[in-house]
Amino acid sequence: MSIKLEHLNYVYSQGTAYEKKALNDICIEIPHGEFVGIIGHTGSGKSTLIQHLNGLIRATSGELYYNGENIYREGYSMRGLRNEVGLVFQYPEHQLFEIDVMTDVCFGPKNQGLSADQCKERALEALRLVGLKEKYYNVSPFELSGGQKRRVAIAGVLAMRPKVLVLDEPTAGLDPKGRDDILDQIAYLHRESDITVILVSHSMEDVAKYADRLIVMNKGAVMYNDEPKRVFEHYQELEKVGLAAPQVTYIMHDLAGRGIPVRTDVTTVAEAADEILRAVGS
Amino acid sequence: MDMVQTEKLVFEYEKRDEEGNVIGVSRAVDEVDIDVQEGQFIAILGHNGSGKSTLAKHINAILVPTQGTMWVNGRNTKDPEELWNVRQSAGMVFQNPDNQIIGTVVEEDVGFGPENLGVPTDEIWQRVEDSLRSVGMIEYRHHSPNKLSGGQKQRVAIAGVVAMEPKCIVLDEPTAMLDPVGRREVLKTVQKLREQKKVTVILITHYMEEVVDADKIYVMDHGHVVMEGTPREIFSRVDELKSYRLDVPQVTLLADELRKRGLKIPDGILKKEELVEALCQLN
Repeated sequence: MSIKLEHLNYVYSQGTAYEKKALNDICIEIPHGEFVGIIGHTGSGKSTLIQHLNGLIRATSGELYYNGENIYREGYSMRGLRNEVGLVFQYPEHQLFEIDVMTDVCFGPKNQGLSADQCKERALEALRLVGLKEKYYNVSPFELSGGQKRRVAIAGVLAMRPKVLVLDEPTAGLDPKGRDDILDQIAYLHRESDITVILVSHSMEDVAKYADRLIVMNKGAVMYNDEPKRVFEHYQELEKVGLAAPQVTYIMHDLAGRGIPVRTDVTTVAEAADEILRAVGS
Repeated sequence: MDMVQTEKLVFEYEKRDEEGNVIGVSRAVDEVDIDVQEGQFIAILGHNGSGKSTLAKHINAILVPTQGTMWVNGRNTKDPEELWNVRQSAGMVFQNPDNQIIGTVVEEDVGFGPENLGVPTDEIWQRVEDSLRSVGMIEYRHHSPNKLSGGQKQRVAIAGVVAMEPKCIVLDEPTAMLDPVGRREVLKTVQKLREQKKVTVILITHYMEEVVDADKIYVMDHGHVVMEGTPREIFSRVDELKSYRLDVPQVTLLADELRKRGLKIPDGILKKEELVEALCQLN
């Protein structure tokens, strides 16, 4: 069970004056059950990359295997793939349209051909998973706050019970509590329901806290593909390509520079506190 | 001198049913008093739906108060005669750069504002050049805006506002859609404008790190101003901030954690340099 991209290339507007290579020789493998973060500057190809994962965009060349099957082979069921790989776009709340929350979340499973009862059951399960309070289930989605709308939109994808959940900047524009709530909920989901999570984010602090592995995109190519700790060791290179390390990583480097014997491969506040106490306490 | 001042400002939205009949009102801003002096850097924090953007839209009279008053540069925004003066005094930059850029060439986009103000052509070009220089985008003047990165587009949007020579710039989550470097570029640009052009800056954001240099922070909740003070005062009240769905900068959180676990670290640490210094003092 995995997603595997082999020498994948994608060229926009091929053959025109606006031809642009958006993805360049991407080779990555994402095993089932992993929590992967994708980071990269605006325009680095992150969104183009994830739209390949459920076949919304077809590669110009190269192969994409889902569970060992080449999705570009003739007769491959894209519909089946899209049932398994759920994509949550940026600002997904702009896609809410039904009269109430429940009906909106039922839309996905309804299109999968499930009965009304099954849809409702799926919707309830999904709404519980995203932590939306029951009193909102029959309210118009447009009456909800930004963070609540976003949860409804994510529930709409979860109700289709995807095996792979891909989220494109799910916390952009949310307040800090809304940000933490959504990410904690996704982490909970990942632990509880055995799914693969692929998270695209501009927050280095967030990916450091949640992801098992980071894929760093730069100009359409994979620049790093490693544990967050290892990736953020290259903080100077990351800055050159529009990125950074979490604030605590910089603190550790500064401390080490001042002669305090701390490790610098630290990426979260909790780790930093432990490491500083160890170094200073002794 | 007062740049932006409000007195018991109230703004109510009318809720309507499908036929358009009013079925109730909801109060987005509730008796807010703020006072911003010329040249200050003011931050407004608050969770989604707390009323901060609604308040901000009053500053250049996109909205006018239901009750109470807003003065911008001494002018009452409710006075229709003053509308253009108000808009010229205060410019706004929004979250999504793609919604604010209309020109097909960078310099045309920046010239749009002054052109609408009736500025003579020669002066428009002068202002376009000055403002693109001040946001560090002069070398892109002949480029198409849609080929720029998010941070660059946002700087062009800021240049468009600067070219109108406002005394005050209101930025409503200008960095929400940007990558880390784009975010830094925009903040540096704003900082530079304050120093060089002495503009008053009002920044609305969800990133706590961006407001540590503010002269004053207002925290909003349910349409009210619930906290007011310097960054040091505000960010030392961690639990209270969390109750308003907000947070503190990562370095403040780390300092707080170390203090709880017994290290002697002073209160109100906002920058990494301060924490590093405090820890070096311990040794």
